[in-house]
Amino acid sequence: MPQPLIEIQSLCKTYSGKGGAVPALEDVSLCIDRGDIFGIIGLSGAGKSTLVRCLNYLEKPTSGTVRVDGVDLSALSGAGLRELRRSMGMIFQQFNLMMQRTALQNVLFPLELQKADKKQSEARARELLELVGLLDRANAYPAELSGGQKQRVAIARALATRPKVLLCDEATSALDPTTTVSILSLLESINRQLGLTIVIITHEMRVIESICNRVAIIDEHRIAECGPVEEIFSRPQSEAARRLVLPEGRTVQMTGGRCVRIVFNGSSSFEPVVANLVLECRAPVNILFADTQNVSGQAHGQMVLQLPEDEAAAGRMLRSLAARGITAEEVTGYVE
Amino acid sequence: MWNEAMLRLLLRGIGETFYMTLGSTLFAYIIGLPLGLLLVICAPDGLAPKAILYKTLDIIVNITRSIPFLVLMISVIPFTRAVVGTSIGSTAAIVPLVLSAAPFVARLVESSIREVDPGVVEAAQSMGASTLQIICKVLLPEARPSLYSGCAIAITTILGYSAMAGAVGGGGLGNIAISYGYNRYQSDIMLVTVILLILIVQLFQEIGSRASRKTDKRK
Repeated sequence: MPQPLIEIQSLCKTYSGKGGAVPALEDVSLCIDRGDIFGIIGLSGAGKSTLVRCLNYLEKPTSGTVRVDGVDLSALSGAGLRELRRSMGMIFQQFNLMMQRTALQNVLFPLELQKADKKQSEARARELLELVGLLDRANAYPAELSGGQKQRVAIARALATRPKVLLCDEATSALDPTTTVSILSLLESINRQLGLTIVIITHEMRVIESICNRVAIIDEHRIAECGPVEEIFSRPQSEAARRLVLPEGRTVQMTGGRCVRIVFNGSSSFEPVVANLVLECRAPVNILFADTQNVSGQAHGQMVLQLPEDEAAAGRMLRSLAARGITAEEVTGYVE
Repeated sequence: MWNEAMLRLLLRGIGETFYMTLGSTLFAYIIGLPLGLLLVICAPDGLAPKAILYKTLDIIVNITRSIPFLVLMISVIPFTRAVVGTSIGSTAAIVPLVLSAAPFVARLVESSIREVDPGVVEAAQSMGASTLQIICKVLLPEARPSLYSGCAIAITTILGYSAMAGAVGGGGLGNIAISYGYNRYQSDIMLVTVILLILIVQLFQEIGSRASRKTDKRK
């Protein structure tokens, strides 16, 4: 068993507020392996931004330990901590670029901090801008760039010091859906090309679905559930996970038959599942909700189907789904 | 009255006014800039919170800012004498001008630095920047346009004070306005000095605004 890159053990963080101590994180333990794209998802206020800041000690935990590559962060001095932070890139929701520096100068910034050789730094910065597809905008100021371009510059900047891990704090939350997809695929290709471990903080399940391999669900300052994305997506155990996984903000009129949620996790991609189901069982189903996407040739996503009122036909359908190896779970809690 | 002597007098007045204003601004920034930075950095929400130091500086700045300039100028005469050897003339006026302007400059600098997006500072921290690096490479460069427009405000305010210093023997256009325009009822000279002061204020304000606009890449 290889040593995990980031190891968090019973981490607690409380803020002292006006009315006493306010908890932000309670007893959080996680392991993030090398090469993971690890998602941390939760509703706003759940403590996920605090958690990611504890990973590079921008926030100091109240108790518990954080180990990066085996090093206990609490044991580091100021200079040691700064050194360590250089091996951890970070990008933000609001990009946080320096407005008075060009794209190129922004990417050069972390290298200037290290007092790296100027010529080599510039070559490195140009190389990174090329990687994120913005070499032609090297001399543009952030104000002249779109949101997606700014985030690309921020990614290039975060990668300048060749970090072991990239922390993304709601990196796509300020972007439109199309730009989000392009940023996510950039992150995925960086993960593959450079073998970089990525930690993604988000409140959007789509982000987790599309690129993460493992996910932790954080709810009320605690980890509610943690595991491979496919597993949690098809069989959510905790209440918090179910809430995030199920289509949000929709209500279903529960007239007629039972509702089931079926999950596509890549295995059932090219098969017309619903059509086959209807043909085979000779009974109609009602598609109440569908959210599927094609991720590198595999179908990912979910559907909520309303089965016929006829119990026998409904039973046949469930068996038929099970026979195809498709997870179908009944959703009674679907009405919000 | 428009003889050569009068013109020479006015020219010397302009020169002295520039000398007092720019000299005082320079020294006010030498003291006020670090002071303003300290006020941001040591603040409870700053990079390196130092409660006692912050509170002390905050109170000192507030006290010095509430002393009327005329009172300050007269009460520091012994100090002025100790520093420049005399209490009369343009050079002597610089001492109280600096004492009075430095805390004002500190507040201007403080508010400019506070405009810098805390997210950018956090990003720099996440890249392993030290406090000194954050000051020199993030806070000051990012606040530069705002610092320039603040500097224009400081210069024009100091210019106003320098005219006041002129009234009590400091030299410059203020002195001419009082001794010729007011004491000798030469209202034409009064008018000329006032117009000159307005023009100088315009000049400094314009330079400051242009420098601010030109360096600001946010639009």
